[in-house]
Amino acid sequence: MGEVIVITSGKGGVGKTTTVANIGTGLALMGKKVVLIDTDIGLRNLDVVLGLENRIVYDIVDVVEGFCRTKQALIKDKRFEGLFLLPAAQTRDKNAINPHQMIQLCNELREEYDYILIDCPAGIEQGFKNAIAGADRAIVVTTPEVSAVRDADRIIGLLEANELRNPKLLVNRVRMDMVKRGDMMSIDDIIDILAVDLLGVVPDDEKIVISTNRGEPAITDSKSVAGQAFRNIARRITGENVPLLDLEADAGFVHKLKKLLGLKTS
Amino acid sequence: MILDLSKLFKKTKNSKDVAKERLKLVLIHDRANVSPQFLEMVKSEIIKVITNYMEIDEDSLDIQLTRTKSDDGSGVVPALVANIPIKNVKSSGR
Ligand SMILES: Nc1ncnc2c1ncn2[C@@H]1O[C@H](COP(=O)(O)OP(=O)(O)O)[C@@H](O)[C@H]1O
Ligand SMILES: [Mg+2]
Repeated sequence: MGEVIVITSGKGGVGKTTTVANIGTGLALMGKKVVLIDTDIGLRNLDVVLGLENRIVYDIVDVVEGFCRTKQALIKDKRFEGLFLLPAAQTRDKNAINPHQMIQLCNELREEYDYILIDCPAGIEQGFKNAIAGADRAIVVTTPEVSAVRDADRIIGLLEANELRNPKLLVNRVRMDMVKRGDMMSIDDIIDILAVDLLGVVPDDEKIVISTNRGEPAITDSKSVAGQAFRNIARRITGENVPLLDLEADAGFVHKLKKLLGLKTS
Repeated sequence: MILDLSKLFKKTKNSKDVAKERLKLVLIHDRANVSPQFLEMVKSEIIKVITNYMEIDEDSLDIQLTRTKSDDGSGVVPALVANIPIKNVKSSGR
């Protein structure tokens, strides 16, 4: 029996789609059978981030309305064995699907796949309700900014109200150089405020933009720090105990120098 | 006297400390889930009770949900803070 995990955030643009594409690819590379569902109806994105935009025939609305079988709508990623995408509909809106249909869809996919990752739209309305309906657990993505953490807090409350307890936090776009000089909230600060478990930390990395340009998830790039972070997160999702990345490699020059000289940098 | 050196050199607060402060405050409001109508209700009830004993300046009365250090100093707890300017204490209240 597979597991359904929703990736959500409240605020838009914090990295949900990037996370789904990378973790999904990572799980497939670990030999798992994975379906990624884009529930951002009207604003589909996951297809282009994965580089699969030219292969779409049917979409999620076609599936729930019975125009095609689920299998027909799943796009098989030829690069990564075991990875499938169920794209969002682009010309419909969020009300084209209801939570009951999502639960049915998830239950069907659960029979055959190890992981079903759901890319949630921004907001707390219908799209959010659809995305979380069939989920067993939730990952909340945030960035170290006041507005994003505030929205994460609200989402955590809503998830718990919907019986999705103990959501795990992913802090994206962290810049250790800024944290070091006191211009960005640290992971500890954020965890402290939100009082949730940490799933992982992904540094801000220009390789994410480059990989998105190409439609090749950064997790396949061995030189990308964000890719390394996502590889660790994928392993944690399967239950492995992987220590946090040492993001200090990313720290500023002065910090590195101090470290070299053996000075305490706190 | 203890001299805090960091204060000498640090003219302004770190922006991350400002962010934390603001975030904590905004979350108290969000989590408490109180509406302005709720605060208005509390306010009018408080006015009703207090005016039995003293004359207050109703227009400058201010009530806010905020946060404060807990008594044992171990954490931060929500607090209802009311600023109620008193004009006159009624003699019957003494
Ligand atoms: N770790 C990162 N480093 C740099 N850029 C990132 C990172 N994560 C996301 N981005 C960029 O941020 C933007 C929003 O990401 P996206 O995954 O689409 O967010 P969401 O799905 O939450 O709206 C994209 O342009 C993406 O390339
Ligand atoms: Mg998205």
